[in-house]
Amino acid sequence: METRLSRYIWTHTRKQQLWILLVVALSMIPYFLSFDLPKQIVNGPIQGEGFEGPEATQAFLPISFSLPGLGEVNLFSGFQLEREGMLVALSLVFLLLVIVNGLFKFYINTYKGRLGERLLRRIRFELVDRVLRFPPSHFKRVKPAEISTMIKDEVEPLGGFTGDAFVQPALLGGQALTALIFILLQSLWLGLIAAFIVAIQAVIIPRMRRRLLVLGRERQLTARELSGRVSEIVDGIGTIRGHDTSNYERADIAARLGRIFKIRYDLYQWKFLVKFLNNFLAQVTPFLFYSIGGYFALQGRLDIGQLVAVIGAYKDLPGPLKELIDWDQARQDVQVKYAQVVEQFSVEPLIDPSVQATSVTAVAPITGALAAVNLSVSDDGGSKVVERVSLQVRPGEAIAITGGSTGGGEALAEAFGRLTWPESGRIMVGDDDIHDLPESVVGRRISYASSEVYTFQGSLGDNLLYGLKHAPLTEVVYEGDKAAHRRWELLEAKLAGNPSLDLNSDWIDYGAAGATGPDDLFEKVRAVLDTVLLTNDIMALAVRSTINPARHEAFAGEIVAMRGALRRRLEAEKLSDLVVFFEPGSYNVEATIGENLLFGTVTNQARWEQALESHPFFKTVLKRAGLHESFYEMGLEIAGNVVELFRDLPPDHPFFQQLTFMAAEEIPAYEALLQKVRGRTIDEVSEEDAIKIIRLCFGYIEPRHRFGLLSEELMSQIVEARREFSDGLPEDLVGIIEHYQPNRYIASASIIDNVLFGRIGHRHTDGSERIRAIVRDLFESLGLYNNVLAFGLDFDVGAGGKRLTAGQRQKLNLARALIRMSDFYIFNQPLLALDQRAQEQITRNVFAFLRQDDRKPAIVWVLANPALSELFDRQAHFENGHLVRDEAVETPAKDSDYKELAS
Amino acid sequence: MLATHSEKRTVMLLKDEVEMLRRITLFSGLPPAKLKLLAFTSDRVMYSSGENLFHQGDIGDAAYVILSGRADVLVATQTGQLKVAEVEQNSIVGEIAILCNTPRTATVKTTTALEALRIRKDDFLKLLADFPEMAVEIMRVLADRLSQTTSELTEARSRAQRAEA
Repeated sequence: METRLSRYIWTHTRKQQLWILLVVALSMIPYFLSFDLPKQIVNGPIQGEGFEGPEATQAFLPISFSLPGLGEVNLFSGFQLEREGMLVALSLVFLLLVIVNGLFKFYINTYKGRLGERLLRRIRFELVDRVLRFPPSHFKRVKPAEISTMIKDEVEPLGGFTGDAFVQPALLGGQALTALIFILLQSLWLGLIAAFIVAIQAVIIPRMRRRLLVLGRERQLTARELSGRVSEIVDGIGTIRGHDTSNYERADIAARLGRIFKIRYDLYQWKFLVKFLNNFLAQVTPFLFYSIGGYFALQGRLDIGQLVAVIGAYKDLPGPLKELIDWDQARQDVQVKYAQVVEQFSVEPLIDPSVQATSVTAVAPITGALAAVNLSVSDDGGSKVVERVSLQVRPGEAIAITGGSTGGGEALAEAFGRLTWPESGRIMVGDDDIHDLPESVVGRRISYASSEVYTFQGSLGDNLLYGLKHAPLTEVVYEGDKAAHRRWELLEAKLAGNPSLDLNSDWIDYGAAGATGPDDLFEKVRAVLDTVLLTNDIMALAVRSTINPARHEAFAGEIVAMRGALRRRLEAEKLSDLVVFFEPGSYNVEATIGENLLFGTVTNQARWEQALESHPFFKTVLKRAGLHESFYEMGLEIAGNVVELFRDLPPDHPFFQQLTFMAAEEIPAYEALLQKVRGRTIDEVSEEDAIKIIRLCFGYIEPRHRFGLLSEELMSQIVEARREFSDGLPEDLVGIIEHYQPNRYIASASIIDNVLFGRIGHRHTDGSERIRAIVRDLFESLGLYNNVLAFGLDFDVGAGGKRLTAGQRQKLNLARALIRMSDFYIFNQPLLALDQRAQEQITRNVFAFLRQDDRKPAIVWVLANPALSELFDRQAHFENGHLVRDEAVETPAKDSDYKELAS
Repeated sequence: MLATHSEKRTVMLLKDEVEMLRRITLFSGLPPAKLKLLAFTSDRVMYSSGENLFHQGDIGDAAYVILSGRADVLVATQTGQLKVAEVEQNSIVGEIAILCNTPRTATVKTTTALEALRIRKDDFLKLLADFPEMAVEIMRVLADRLSQTTSELTEARSRAQRAEA
């Protein structure tokens, strides 16, 4: 990359810089004119110069100039105006100039801003592009947060500076020079004074600012390190807490912040000292003008109009001058920043851009062998983990690599996967070096999966199909406003040196997954998920998710229809008591009292809490239903039980997970409350206390908590009150409760809850598993399985896939490699997080999957469990970085052969 | 088949469970408040006739206090399942498993519909850790049992010696 910022800017924005310079030059004309005008107005119409007689007129806007040889050329003799007329005309001209100057300024600023933003976009893209091409070893040395800080924050000022890089000195220099020349023209002496002070400022101030630059660089480095450390803390939080080193981290951060503070404070001190000096010098000049200029004026050697004009012009001198000095400061500052960033991104050897060139066409299969030739690979410490290994993987061959973690098989697999580069020797694909071939070949025809998984934030489905997104395969047709916007996008991308790849295009290479389009891709997805045993996990995620029934109307309808089917199925299997269904006219013993009372769920917990406390509606309804008192009694009973049960337990005790009525911290408060209300009826306690007690009832489930609080009578009273709650719900409470209706989808509940429309009984140890199996079966028989699975694929995996378990992430990673139809599959112990049995099962599944439909891709599998090597054609055994054994796996003699021999 | 729903209204309450626990020697010396907490943190589970509470050889994770119904204790032998005991209301099965990490020594199979309180190992050990007086009480019961077993063993040995002689 270009090391000097000004040259970088000039290379990429030459034309625009020249144009803006021209505009700036043009803008000088009205700017200069506006200087002279006040003098003309004061001296002419105001003081009466040239208007000696009462009827005297002067020419307004005469256009005449003198040419050498021709003498005076008079193009337009102007309008003759009287004194008042002249005042109005000149004032209007002044106003006009103000507007013209303003418009020029507006245009220049906008243009500069755009120029800067484009350059910022260019440089940011260029940096990310370089990150994508860094050699693998470099990633071990850099902290991600530092790189992102550089791209995000540190180059930001570069954009702001770009517009000013050439224009600002021209504009400000021009302005300052104009003002200075003007002063010089008015009065040579005053002009010289001004010029002298300017010279002092121009020499001293930049010198003083040099130290600011040094401090600025330090500030940049320390801030970048801080950001790196903060991200380390976030990533390593488990280790920090696990080892009780949080205070060490605190000390480290405090020390860094202290250093940053010192640097920044130094910066401020210098900055304001320089500012003070600069201001002082700028203010000294008018002092000289007033005193010396005033003296001249008194002497009559300078007319007052001239003095006013000089002072007026001087007003415009310190501004540009100061900005000019600021500009110089900014220039050096961004140059330093730029050089710093460029240094960090100048990594050799970068991958050649042609290797990563976009290729839209399908790539021909690799027909040659994948081979390590005399390959040596070193780790970061320089010790060799693979030493002069030659191993050939012929197409269609399955090779098991064994030898454990110190053998070197993993490092070989990483080299095959291009995660590490050979120290010596080569990896060949047919007759080519793997690193010379474009990624569109090796990145598609060779698939690699290891136990180190990276899952991008987004949906599970996006992550699964990630490995198919090589190039924008469809041309999106835009219409109307969108077309205009796309044209704008393309133009801007081009102007900023960004690629024109369309993110809205369909990037998924269906052909590479063995599908013809989005419709039959799902079958492939399911096959792959079945292979890695991830389907049930995804189904479980799916049925627990909530969907918007308005958007999936048909599906929601089918789910509602399924409620009947589930009931019939459970009846047929005599399992009806697994689930207690919601019935509008009866009490559901497995649901909470609150749920039974509302016959619905609360959709807005905060508003609900508030309403419960302050809205008269609840009290009225409870009173009318005769429940007010019973609930109070019940609440007292619950509070008494809870306090008795949990009083002695420390607040973080795991038993509190089973306490649904109140938080652990609330127990002492309830204990006190119980003391306070003891022996008093509900009418004698305050409203607030009564509500605190009554609300405890809402979470009560008799078969689960077994306090013996519900009687048949109470249950029927609650069911009675249900109707009041749904019909009489006041306007302002609508929307915080979603009522259950047997024929409507409950938007705030999960898919499984919608299917059940009831609660699974608490008493059967395996109740929920049974139900899940039955529901899965029903989905399958009703043809809804794929729809549900699709919702599971919408599951957001969270940052780094943290919402999935490690095992699920590894399965997903393996599936991501399997769904691509490649010629070579490199599996580097991809399932370490799983238990032995699951690993074995999946390995067999993968073989079956990759060997179906007459496919026979090569498989290289680094095995943790040598017992599985019977699946393979060959076994390569590594010890201490050497290939010690490479032999065909003997398949046990078949029975028929044995019989033949025996006979 | 699972127990039918109509039984539900006659369910035992927490306080009845506490009563039940108190009648079990292992827990009889514990204060009622702790028994109540033990009952509260345990699950009420129901089995129908012919179901297994647990299977011989499994890793045990819970003990079961039988609240109603009956079950057979079966041990696998070369000739098949051998019934070694029968358990019914007020007895506890699988308690060894929640005190130490041994596989189940027998299979427990219900012979009628059965309702039990399932005491999870983790909860039980947690409770012991939090209330040492409970542990002491349990220890006393176990020591009683041990001395009883020892004297039975001695008696059996002397009987065997006598038979040999």
